[in-house]
Order: sequence, then C-alpha cells, then structure tokens
Amino acid sequence: MKAYLRSATAIYVKDMRLEARTKETFSSVLAFAVIVAFVFGFTFDPNPSTIALVGPGIVWVAYVFTGILGMNRTFAVERDRGTLEGLLLAPVGREAIYAGKLASTTTIMVVVEMLLYPVFLLLFDLDLFNIWFVLVTVAATVGFAAVGTLFSAIASNTRAREVLLPLLFLPIVLPIIIGAVASTSGALEGGGWDRVGKWLQFIIAFDLVFLVLSSWALDFVLEE
Amino acid sequence: MTTNATPPTPSIAIDVQGLSKSFGRMPALRKIDLQVAYGEGLALFGHNGAGKSTLIRTLATLIRPEAGVVRIAGFNRDSHTPQIRSVIGYVGHQSLLYDDLTPRENLRFYAKMYGLPQADDIVEKSLEEVGASSYAERRVRVLSNGMQKRVAIARALLHRPRVLLLDEPETGLDYEGLELLDSVVKGVKQGGASVVMATHGIERGLALAERAIVLSEGRVYMNYVTSSTSVEAIQQVVFSGREKQLKFGAQR
Repeated sequence: MKAYLRSATAIYVKDMRLEARTKETFSSVLAFAVIVAFVFGFTFDPNPSTIALVGPGIVWVAYVFTGILGMNRTFAVERDRGTLEGLLLAPVGREAIYAGKLASTTTIMVVVEMLLYPVFLLLFDLDLFNIWFVLVTVAATVGFAAVGTLFSAIASNTRAREVLLPLLFLPIVLPIIIGAVASTSGALEGGGWDRVGKWLQFIIAFDLVFLVLSSWALDFVLEE
Repeated sequence: MTTNATPPTPSIAIDVQGLSKSFGRMPALRKIDLQVAYGEGLALFGHNGAGKSTLIRTLATLIRPEAGVVRIAGFNRDSHTPQIRSVIGYVGHQSLLYDDLTPRENLRFYAKMYGLPQADDIVEKSLEEVGASSYAERRVRVLSNGMQKRVAIARALLHRPRVLLLDEPETGLDYEGLELLDSVVKGVKQGGASVVMATHGIERGLALAERAIVLSEGRVYMNYVTSSTSVEAIQQVVFSGREKQLKFGAQR
C-alpha cells in the first residue's frame, strides 16, 4: 500500500509539474471549453425558460467534450514523449500508474470546469456557484476520468486515437452524464439532498465500479 | 504459455527457454534458448529486424511472450513481474526522460518509482558518475543527445540493477560517452551483475562481452565465446543471416 501511494503520488506530482511548465493540456482544454460554451450561446435565444430546460445539458455536453480532449492526452503524451516505457519498467503495480494518471487528469478537468462557471454565468445566466453542483462536478469528473484514463491507454496504442476515445468513452459514461444532468437540474432549481442526493449516489456508485474495473484492466492494455 | 517447475539456478541471472513472440502473423522470436550468468556479458548481434530489440524488450518485461519461460534473477516472468522490474536496468532507443524536467528531477522521479531510500544522495552520485552534474538544472530538452544518453544510463543504474539490458546504447554518444559506456558495462559486471547488449558495433560488443550470439529471423543463428572469434567472422555470419532473411522474405 505504501509503495502504491508513493508511486501514484510521484506520477501525480510529476504530471502537475510538467503541466505547470508547459500548460499544454490546460490551455488547449480551457480554450476549447470556452469556444464550446460560446458556440452554444449563439445557437439559441438564452431566455430563462429555455435555459431552465436545456442549461444543465449544455453544461455537461461542454464538460464531456472538453474532458475527451483532455483525456486523449493522458497516455498519448507519455507515448509521444517516449516516456511510457519508463513508467512500465518501474517495479510498481499498474494500479499505481492508473491512480497517478487518474488524479492528474481529474485535477486538470475539475480546474477547467470550475473556470467555466463564470463563462456560463455570463453567457446563460446560469449560476453554478452552488455546493451541490460542485459536488456533482467532482463526482462526475472522477467517473469520466476513471473511464477516460483506461480508454486513453487503449487509444494511445492506435493511430486513430482522436476518433477511438470518444467512440469507446461516450457509450460507457452515458449513465454518469444522465445522472449529472438530472442532479444539476435539481441543484439549479434550488434543491438540496432531496433532489440531488439520489443522483449523486448513483454517480458515485458508477465511479466505484469504473475505478475498480479500469484499475484492474490497465495491466492488460499497456503491454505489447 | 508453458511453465517450468525446475527451481532457479542461483548463478544464472537470465534463463530463457523456448521463447517465442509474433507481431500479428510476423514471427519476431522463435524458440530462443539462452542463459547468462551473473557477472557475465552477452552481446547480441544481427541485422535490422533480426529480433535483437524484441528479445531485449521481452527480457525487460515490456513485451509479453507468447510461449516459453523467462526467468530473471530466479523470478518467473509470468508470476513475479514487479520483482523482475526491480532488478533490471534498461537503456533503449529512447532516453525515457521527460523533456521539460531537469536531469535531477527526472532521476528523483524514477528514484521514487523504485522506492529508493536516500534518493537525493543516490541521484547526485549517479549524476556525478555519468558526468552530468553540471547539467543537472537544465531542462532535458536543451541537452545534446549524448548528454541525454548519459542521463538515461544514470536512470538505468539508479537502483543498482542485477541485470543491465542495453539496446544499441552507443547511439548518440561521443568518444568520451563511449568510454563512459565501456567503463559502466565493465563496472556493472565487476559488481556481479550481468549485461545483455544489442549492438551493431561488433568490435565494442566483443570487447565488452564474454559471449555473443547472432540472431537471424528471430532465431539464435550462431553462439560464440568472444575470446575465440573475430570481428570479421561475426560480420560474415551477420551478413549471411541477412542474405538468408532476404531470400526467405522474397520466397514468401
């Protein structure tokens, strides 16, 4: 357990340090997210009744699209830099590599998602500064990252990785998207645990299943 | 994959029996048998595509064999992969270094991954050993290929491996770097570890290793004791292996 935590932390710190220096993933994902939000802003008249109906869906479509862009890079950058073998040669379980990568992907995605709160407020008058929505954001993002980290490893082995990841990812995370949209509606309508809790538990249950399965499956994905 | 119930021989660092691997329908290794003792050097020769890198990468646990038994330091590849990884050092075609980290940061990261105690001291000593101390604070991306290779060698030696696997390690090294490589290989062997080195530099391979094998079409084509062969003899065998592969390939 100590070795697992040590290795996962080392990978997380290394990824965060690299991201702080290069801002490769963060800047491209944030720019894409803002563009997606603006595109939605031009596609319909954002009056209160329309926003109440489609607002939560817009938020999560934007998050999912930007998440795919970010997660595509999780293992692709290691493979492109030629450093993936360095990780694979280390005498640590693949679960530790998975945990480190999952933590760094989740961190970058959650930061980008929270930076989009003011953008949604400005464009759609959607006030996402709500503790229940923050909890839903974190829980759903962990689920996305849990699946996306595994599929990023699979996709990084292929030439068509930009196409493959969404094809694999979207059908699997559909339950999380449904749960996130439903709980966001509840949170934005002023509901508390009564409106959000059931869906939050649903998302967390999926998170746990995906975390266990993806962590176990990574070993089979990474070797030639 | 088959298993072998025979207990490991303590003096044997690498024990490979019947190792086979294909990529799609293309066989890369065919029933390879080899043994390397502790303190012994083995040079792998062969033309491009003969199977040298695949063999080294399989020993390094980067490739999963299809058939055969691989034991390193007494550990079976199938059941004790993390233990094998903790005793091997690997220098491949790529440096395995992060371009936007410094050599010191890279080595500290790998030291943590290997769970080394007193990692900072080990990192500083390793940088010194490969002559990279004065470059330790520069990002890897601004270092020359030769300096990156030196740091890659330091990375491979951080945890004092009992088996050192080198895949064309001389690539990118200048004269001084080659001398360093030679002294590293000799030092590692003197320390009781074994070295397997795939190389096109036949002269260097014969000078650094006690035994040599020539691979062709994924098979062990010839097996030599280096003290009783010559550069010319190996060259001839490598060339004939190449001819054979070209002929075989044309027939297919």
